[in-house]
Amino acid sequence: MEKTYAVEFKNISKYFGSVVANSKINMTQDRGEIRALLGENGSGKTTLMNMLSGIYFPDEGEIFVDGKPASIKSPSDAFNYGIGMIHQHFKLVDIFSAAENIILGNDNGKILHMKSVIKKLDSIVQRYGFDIDLKKKTYDMSVSEKQTVEIIKALYRGSNILILDEPTAVLTPQETEKLFQVLRKMKEDNKSIIIITHKFHEVFAISDKVSVLRKGKYIDTVNTKDMDEMKLTEMMVGKKIELNINRPLPKNIRKRMELLNVSAKDKYGVTVLDDVSFDINSGEILGIAGIAGSGQKELLEAITGLQAIDENGVINYISDMGNAIRINGKTTMEIKQLGVSLAFVPEDRLGMGLVGNMGMADNMMLRSYQNGRTIFTDRKAPLMLAEKVKNDLEVVTPGISSEVRKLSGGNVQKVLVGREIADNPNVLLTAYAVRGLDINTSYLIYNLLTEQKQCGSAVVYVGEDLDVLIALCDRILVLCGGSISGILDAKNTTKEEVGLLMTKKRKEQKIS
Amino acid sequence: MNTKDQVKVPFVRIVKRDDISIRKSFLIYFVAIIASLVLCGIILFVLTGSSPGNVYMTIVRGAFGSQRKIWVTVRETTLLLGVALALTPAYKMKFWNIGGEGQILVGGIATAAVMIYCGNIMPTWLLFVSMIAASSLAGLIWGIIPAIFKAKWKTNETLFTLMLNYIAIQLTSFFTIFWESVKGSGSIGIINSKTKAGWLSTSFMSGIIGNYNFVLNVMIIFILSILMFIYLKYTKHGFELSVVGESENTAEYVGINVKKVIIRTMALSGALCGFIGFLIVSGSSHTISISTAANRGFTAIIVAWLAKFNPIFMFLISLLLIFMQQGASQIASDYNLNESANDVITGIILFFTLASGFFTNFRLIFGHSRKEE
Repeated sequence: MEKTYAVEFKNISKYFGSVVANSKINMTQDRGEIRALLGENGSGKTTLMNMLSGIYFPDEGEIFVDGKPASIKSPSDAFNYGIGMIHQHFKLVDIFSAAENIILGNDNGKILHMKSVIKKLDSIVQRYGFDIDLKKKTYDMSVSEKQTVEIIKALYRGSNILILDEPTAVLTPQETEKLFQVLRKMKEDNKSIIIITHKFHEVFAISDKVSVLRKGKYIDTVNTKDMDEMKLTEMMVGKKIELNINRPLPKNIRKRMELLNVSAKDKYGVTVLDDVSFDINSGEILGIAGIAGSGQKELLEAITGLQAIDENGVINYISDMGNAIRINGKTTMEIKQLGVSLAFVPEDRLGMGLVGNMGMADNMMLRSYQNGRTIFTDRKAPLMLAEKVKNDLEVVTPGISSEVRKLSGGNVQKVLVGREIADNPNVLLTAYAVRGLDINTSYLIYNLLTEQKQCGSAVVYVGEDLDVLIALCDRILVLCGGSISGILDAKNTTKEEVGLLMTKKRKEQKIS
Repeated sequence: MNTKDQVKVPFVRIVKRDDISIRKSFLIYFVAIIASLVLCGIILFVLTGSSPGNVYMTIVRGAFGSQRKIWVTVRETTLLLGVALALTPAYKMKFWNIGGEGQILVGGIATAAVMIYCGNIMPTWLLFVSMIAASSLAGLIWGIIPAIFKAKWKTNETLFTLMLNYIAIQLTSFFTIFWESVKGSGSIGIINSKTKAGWLSTSFMSGIIGNYNFVLNVMIIFILSILMFIYLKYTKHGFELSVVGESENTAEYVGINVKKVIIRTMALSGALCGFIGFLIVSGSSHTISISTAANRGFTAIIVAWLAKFNPIFMFLISLLLIFMQQGASQIASDYNLNESANDVITGIILFFTLASGFFTNFRLIFGHSRKEE
């Protein structure tokens, strides 16, 4: 008698056009096991999991659930097989409470017995030790609470196999630890858990086994306790890699920008920046940490003239001669015309930094199309720049005229960063510059930023991985709810210290 | 172990294509057009009972059967192409201008007004300059009203431009009564029918082009095509409007004044529509009525989108549509069908060409697909 597994993939392949996303994957998972699924971006982790959760259907091969062949054509099929997936982007109705969101779309029976539902939910919450108020409305919830709702939703629908796609990307270290405790309880309950992650220390903290994918192919499954970071990286990348970020001591530090009492409101009148004052220095990298949506985006956009700030705030650019040039209240074009050399790598690469439907050359032209006096654009210079960026940063593209949206995330980012540093800017602002990038490209970006710092640029790095922030930056500014909760010396701080500052304000509010 | 037959596979799946070679997409369009012609033939055959060969011959005769018919076909093609060109900058900016109809009409009204009031007092050159200026200005105003509202208050341009069509139609009705030639007739009749003042085809150009009066239309639209191509592809304005169309966020990020670009582009688009109104009134109809725009403002939207804003494709699609419409009216008159045959034919062609757009972007996979053992 063959052993039956909770899940078994047999020869699974999936193609998108000519792209092979998954190729003949054979993988098994036991009950009561936490599996980390590891692989670089584009290695096919999410595609594989999407086939298990009914979003895609395999082009070849079969999936077995509890030893029986399963035909999973839709997410509701997946639920019937006891498979639940927690996506990176939550699918909740804002004005519904936690309980309402959980039962949404569950069409068992005609009459809704809210009381018995709540009772059942309460027992789930008790059993796994969730920290949640079921009556709380979604719009009042933190990201971590929303994630909890998604997990309870999967459990409520009877999931025995739970897939989590990068669940910790949006959590603080403290929230991550809470999530892991819940996962361990589920494991005791004999549930199978698959967690997609990029962070090695989490792999070691939570998983029993690690499966590695590389370029759509299944590499191996190994016991976590036999592995270390170097070995896992080698499996993922296929070769040995240095995992050290070089941080040269800052030289010739000079004040480049100053922000004084900057406050801003979003279009709904909600305060997004609250009395923020700090300096940005040339020759160093200033890290900005904070939970997603703590004002990072607005802060960078305020500096670049995209976000209006309140009247009494001041944003000054200090020129090479030492003159303060006030740039708030000016448009992006006006700031440029003042001779302020500012580069900005925004979070939304294809939606803001680049035009997805244009080629590399046209995207280079975005910054330079105004040059020259005629009504015609100069197409030669951007073409040459595109060629240069392609060669210098090894951008993989069919050609500089093929649309950038068709490139992989890493290559898209190379195009954007390459353009922004092309003019040797005095100030370089970056938001989540390595989000979604593979290890190689991430280190390439770190090195580029460090190079800019050594050239005397004032670099701002908004990041989410605290390990990287601490290793790369010289100072770390922590934002919490739109205001600064601390500025730390990166060489003498710990993840825990940063993590505490990230949630400082929320805790204070709870007490008061 | 073979459990394959237990696993149900979806019957058909729609998969996005990676990239498609130009030859292949041409082929898909070609097949679509042939298929639409075959279906048109079959339907006309069923309706008329005449053999398909005869039906097709009648279509060709309807479009190119006489010098007069050739003139009408060329004129209609150039006018449709002209409107498509006029709408192109707006659509490239993803401004859903479905008000081309109204912009043409107000251009036509302005032209008619100049012809009526100044036709016999102005020298010919001044008359034409005034007509062109007045028609373009009228179209421009009709175009920038929704643009200003969109830029300033983010109103929806689709509804706005659509409503302005009805206002333009009502205005036209008003002026047909206001200017009516015989009290109570409700129509203007041919303007300046005796002096032919302000008639494009018979005025100052006639010495150059003789009887071939369509040459003028062809020349104007040809030049317009080239200018539009250059404007969109090689100028700063053209680059700005395509960035705004792709992503307003990106446009703002690089410092483009989005509001200004929206208003400027719609001013251009509206003015060109108004200019086409001038071409219609001064160049062919010599009158104005609520049917002056003849749905060109709508049909041209499809022409522009199907051609992906490529002027050569726009020309081919306009020609195909007009060719079939002319043919269909010939069939309608020869076989005593009513004018709706025209609409049926247009509908069939558009249906097939739109479907080919789907097949150039997607392909269908039946069952378990490729590389199956």
